[in-house]
Amino acid sequence: MNILVFVKRVPDTESRIRIQHETKSIIEDGLNFVASPYDEFAVEAALRLKEAKGGTVRVVTVGRDEAVPVLRKCLAMGADEAVLVKDEAPEAYDGLRTARIIARVVERKFPGADLLLFGKQAVGTDNSQVPSMVAELLALPQANVVTKLEVDGTAGTALREIEGGLEKVVFSLPAVVSAQKGLNEPRYETLKGIMAAKKKEIPVIKLDELGLAAEELAPKVVVAGLDVPPQRQAGKVLQGDPAETARELAALLHTVAKVL
Amino acid sequence: MIAVFIEIRDGKIKKSSLEALAEARRRAGELGVAAAAVLVGSAVDGPAADLAGHGPGKVFGLEHPALADYSAQGFGRALADFARESGVTVLFFAATAMGKDLAPRVAAALGAGLASDCTKVAVKDGGLEFTRPIYAGKADLTVRLTSAPQIATLRPNVFPLDTPAVGGGGEVVKKAAVIPDGLVKGRVAEVLKEQSAEIDVTEAEVVISGGRGLKGPENFALLRELAAIIPRSAVGASRSAVDSGWIGHQHQVGQTGKTVSPNLYLAVGISGAIQHLAGMSSSKCIVAVNKDPEAPIFKVADFGIVGDLFEVIPRLKDELKKVLAE
Repeated sequence: MNILVFVKRVPDTESRIRIQHETKSIIEDGLNFVASPYDEFAVEAALRLKEAKGGTVRVVTVGRDEAVPVLRKCLAMGADEAVLVKDEAPEAYDGLRTARIIARVVERKFPGADLLLFGKQAVGTDNSQVPSMVAELLALPQANVVTKLEVDGTAGTALREIEGGLEKVVFSLPAVVSAQKGLNEPRYETLKGIMAAKKKEIPVIKLDELGLAAEELAPKVVVAGLDVPPQRQAGKVLQGDPAETARELAALLHTVAKVL
Repeated sequence: MIAVFIEIRDGKIKKSSLEALAEARRRAGELGVAAAAVLVGSAVDGPAADLAGHGPGKVFGLEHPALADYSAQGFGRALADFARESGVTVLFFAATAMGKDLAPRVAAALGAGLASDCTKVAVKDGGLEFTRPIYAGKADLTVRLTSAPQIATLRPNVFPLDTPAVGGGGEVVKKAAVIPDGLVKGRVAEVLKEQSAEIDVTEAEVVISGGRGLKGPENFALLRELAAIIPRSAVGASRSAVDSGWIGHQHQVGQTGKTVSPNLYLAVGISGAIQHLAGMSSSKCIVAVNKDPEAPIFKVADFGIVGDLFEVIPRLKDELKKVLAE
């Protein structure tokens, strides 16, 4: 089976986000960048499918050279190949632009792919757009926010999280699947894997190789503002006898906050 | 026209779809355009009758036998065709599991920009601006969409339902959807409900979350007992409680879990790591119970109790029972 996994470099979840107001962008200085956590579940799912059924696992990212360490991590986990689609554009929070690039990469470079795996969202932009958009652009079925995945020959079954339950989605291959926490436990890189990953060449695909029109790459989303939300103020803290404080809190919630 | 996709689950209209419809009506009023509800299915008369009670204004029904069960491909095609043919300038979805699955598919089909999981929609200079939390709420991004139509998903529990009723809803404008054979290559074969009748943390009006302070999986029972007496409440958890295997990840609140904005968020034995705060700081009222007075959770809490949760929570349950009985 020929599997493509799409990953993104993002600030880790412990990051404090600071804003450069003139450019309406995130200040990257001092941030620790990692592969988006959901992408790791996607890579692990791909590796397990390959171990069970054979084939190749190819990891792809769209971004700048700074994304290469994320690709090397995926190689160290066991991916066969990692590809950088070089895009120098700043973050535009526009899923459609990225989806058009990815869809064209699949059509032009990897037309034989059986399965396109993603994280359910990139931590940070939190769009949850690209997997479904790629599926639409390539006329493929999709299963998003997946916690269980079985693929057999030409078809697959996935359990996807919905409010208060799961949907069992059946689909034909090729297909788009996005991973949710719970799908698996991603493996750690081995020392041997890390050493091997360092030596691997990372092929680069340039945007202009893809033949996308300027109109297709023009963002449909324009940033009008970027702010840190107002800080919440510390409120009333009760201390002392548990029975007293519980009674006082219940009264506050009922009569002051009026939330119960 | 601002159109709103009305989601049906278990034969019922989703409350978050009605919230999106109410917001559409408010903004449409400001812009001087019409708002409309859109139902998709094999037979929409039942849901259309239910919708009538909510004064929806104009209602469109997109019907086809292949739309009996939800599929992103089928529903996506029906909505994209409708948007193209009916002069839809803005299309809203509730940011539910279905809305998040479907909206990007429609946006890609139409070449439209999409603003995901919005918490505010405003009219500015004659156009719409969409505000949405990014980095799970560590920053607020405001965007304009340059495409026609503009598409947005609206976060549940954020937009108020109350809006002047505009009547209508008795009449449904039906349109036969065109779903070619072979278009739909993936479909929902079955819906598996969780054992408990619990509602999802993203839809609950009260979320009671536990962290490492609970000391073990069995003590989530304390929180479930408290949830049992509060209507429309759900039990949540911190990442460390989930990663310790004490409770399923579908309960996790925070940057690698769910982002919630209930009326009341009760954090029990949760210290308040930044990635947890990101997922709940848009809650209307935050309450913390923690034995450590220095815990960061107290910096964002409207009310807090410094104390032993094993002593406080059972007593709080008794007190809330009394208050709720009033």
